[in-house]
Amino acid sequence: MSDTAAGLLQVGFLLLCLAAVYRPLGGYMARVYTSDKDLRIERATYKVFGVDSKADQTWGVYARSLIAFSALSVVLLYLLQRLQHWLPLSLGLPNVESGLAFNTAASFVSNTNWQNYSPEVTLGHLVQFAGLAVQNFLSAAVGITVAIALIRGFARAKTDRLGNFWVDLTRTVLRVLVPIAIIGTLVLVATGVVQNFSGGHEVTSVVGQSQTIPGGPVAGQEVIKELGTNGGGFYNANSAHPFENPNGLSNLFEIFLLLMIPVCLTRTFGLMVKDKRQGYAILGVMGTLWAAFTFSATFFENRGAGTATQAAGAAMEGKETRFGEWASALFATSTTGTSTGAVNSAHDSFTALGGGTALFHMMLGEVSPGGTGTGLYGMLILAVLAVFVAGLMVGRTPEYLKKKITAREMKLVSLYILTTPTLVLAGASIAMGLAVARASILNTDSPHGFSEVLYAFTSAGNNNGSAFGGLSGNIPFYNTALGLVMLLGRFVPIVLVLALAGSLARQQPVPVTQGTLPTHKALFVTLLVGTVLIVTGLTYFPALTLGPLAEGL
Amino acid sequence: MASNLPGSVRQFGVALRALLFFTVLLGLAYPLVMTGVSQVVFHGNANGSIVQVAGKDTGSDLIGQAYTQDSGKKDADGNAIMVAGPKWFQTRPSAVDYDGKGSSASQLGPNNADLLAMVEERRKTVAALEGVQESQVPPDAVTASGSGLDPAISPAYAALQVNRVARERGLDVAKVQQLVKANTKGRTLGFLGEPYVNVVTLNNALASN
Repeated sequence: MSDTAAGLLQVGFLLLCLAAVYRPLGGYMARVYTSDKDLRIERATYKVFGVDSKADQTWGVYARSLIAFSALSVVLLYLLQRLQHWLPLSLGLPNVESGLAFNTAASFVSNTNWQNYSPEVTLGHLVQFAGLAVQNFLSAAVGITVAIALIRGFARAKTDRLGNFWVDLTRTVLRVLVPIAIIGTLVLVATGVVQNFSGGHEVTSVVGQSQTIPGGPVAGQEVIKELGTNGGGFYNANSAHPFENPNGLSNLFEIFLLLMIPVCLTRTFGLMVKDKRQGYAILGVMGTLWAAFTFSATFFENRGAGTATQAAGAAMEGKETRFGEWASALFATSTTGTSTGAVNSAHDSFTALGGGTALFHMMLGEVSPGGTGTGLYGMLILAVLAVFVAGLMVGRTPEYLKKKITAREMKLVSLYILTTPTLVLAGASIAMGLAVARASILNTDSPHGFSEVLYAFTSAGNNNGSAFGGLSGNIPFYNTALGLVMLLGRFVPIVLVLALAGSLARQQPVPVTQGTLPTHKALFVTLLVGTVLIVTGLTYFPALTLGPLAEGL
Repeated sequence: MASNLPGSVRQFGVALRALLFFTVLLGLAYPLVMTGVSQVVFHGNANGSIVQVAGKDTGSDLIGQAYTQDSGKKDADGNAIMVAGPKWFQTRPSAVDYDGKGSSASQLGPNNADLLAMVEERRKTVAALEGVQESQVPPDAVTASGSGLDPAISPAYAALQVNRVARERGLDVAKVQQLVKANTKGRTLGFLGEPYVNVVTLNNALASN
């Protein structure tokens, strides 16, 4: 079979798998978040927490609960790293230095999983499975709760209540993430991913050289790393490491896992607003963007431009033999279109325009289909912006899902849209202005060096976590700057979304009339795709011209 | 119980209890149960797919190795310069020298001058070792992998090495070709990933031959 035929079949098979789970999982999640029944284990859990599961919260209380939970998560994760040497299974590694520990705590709580460290030489098993992996579950769940609260903002009327954060969080973990993670772990171990507590197994090869075969409870962490769109690798090489991603099947399964919840949440959304077509429209926009970026990355990686790439004969630097260009490009676009940031190949060694595609994909705000929850609420924010633009064109008060988009809603949407680009562009500018930050660049002999810095702040601001790995990020400047950008890039938008949800829930729905813009038809899908591309394109185009475009054109 | 405390303080209390509960559930129970089940159901996989020659562990089916030998020369830092062992199939260049305690790509960009020089140098070395034209050397032979632990090479690179290995070992070319074929894996399900030759199991097969 030709590479192209196999590559296309691979993409087709992935879409088929997603289509197969779309209705069951999307419908299941809708029931999880609308049911008023608690499971027995949940009732016991709420007793431990000290919460009344029937007490719905206002947006303010919902937001404060979420912030309190996330703040404590940062503190706990920081302490675990700072004390690791005295904890079991540290593998003899020292306590993590304070700047790096802050960066890593901020990174995993914000669902970013940017890694300024090399796990093999920094973290013992305990910090990984009792610290990082726990946040892989919880940060994913937090993102989903925010999306659910926003959906309720559209679905509910004349109320100031959005649901209960603790109930949404607990149900997400116990009913959605854990069951899928258990099945997924076993699938991954079946393909060859390791799951043990060994600190390493010494072997002597047939040529008499000794080698340490690494260990770790990898599969259980790998599955939630993808499913929760987290992305932080158990090993430094992330999903390029054969023990995280042993073959073509595990590779496709991991891509499937990281797309699964964001894709199916559009079904949940359609069901909860009682108009499934709205969910299809949102999915249509996400799918269109994902397909375009996947095509772009695959095309440029197969074309293999660049002096070193052409000398090698193909873009195989930083890629694994078992994946090649097609499976690497497919992984790269799926990981940057969600907020995952796991990588099965070194994005830094991608061709200028292939790597630039991954970078631009994150800049869209990770809405194609985006992270768990974050993708859906990010896209709904853009949908509100699109109906506002359409409203301006015809001179009507814009509406979306029967809710009026007034000045208050637009202020929140505008602040949301400005937050991340401000963090990314200001951060990258400051870094390029500082000699100490520029000194971390690896590829200094072309515009590629600027791309490394721009990629880092784009990844942090959008809570992605993938990297142009040549940048040596473990210095005080990047530990602090990227740590702050990750926290602000995560929690400022979340508060704005919850405020928007609160504002929408209070409204009385307006009746649909002849003049209402239908938001489930091809016209709106086109309008929304255009809005996403124009808003991000205008914001980031100047920066992109200095990096990937200057190098690749 | 804490109803007379301000709301935000009360939320921190709930948050603390929730965080501890989830840490015990997801951070202790989950990895322990998953490890237990994996160890029972997929014992070999869960422990790193260890491969053996004559009853001794020689590596992992999934982790690449360097099949090199001391050239007798030292580099500027006084370290031994390692060169390809002619009796063995060679794996790809590695950014971590196949040290299992680490894993990394080179992270060098597509237009990086150092990478260009390295690629040209590797092309010369491989062509000389195999006694072929430089233009015949495939891309995976001159590029470092994403993990630095890639156990696989392309079927083209394996085919390039067959004659040399057969000659050095005094084996029939057909016999070596047959071993290569036995250690070649097609795409999973026929279309997932790329076909490859597993160098670790191939060299183990040579060693047991």
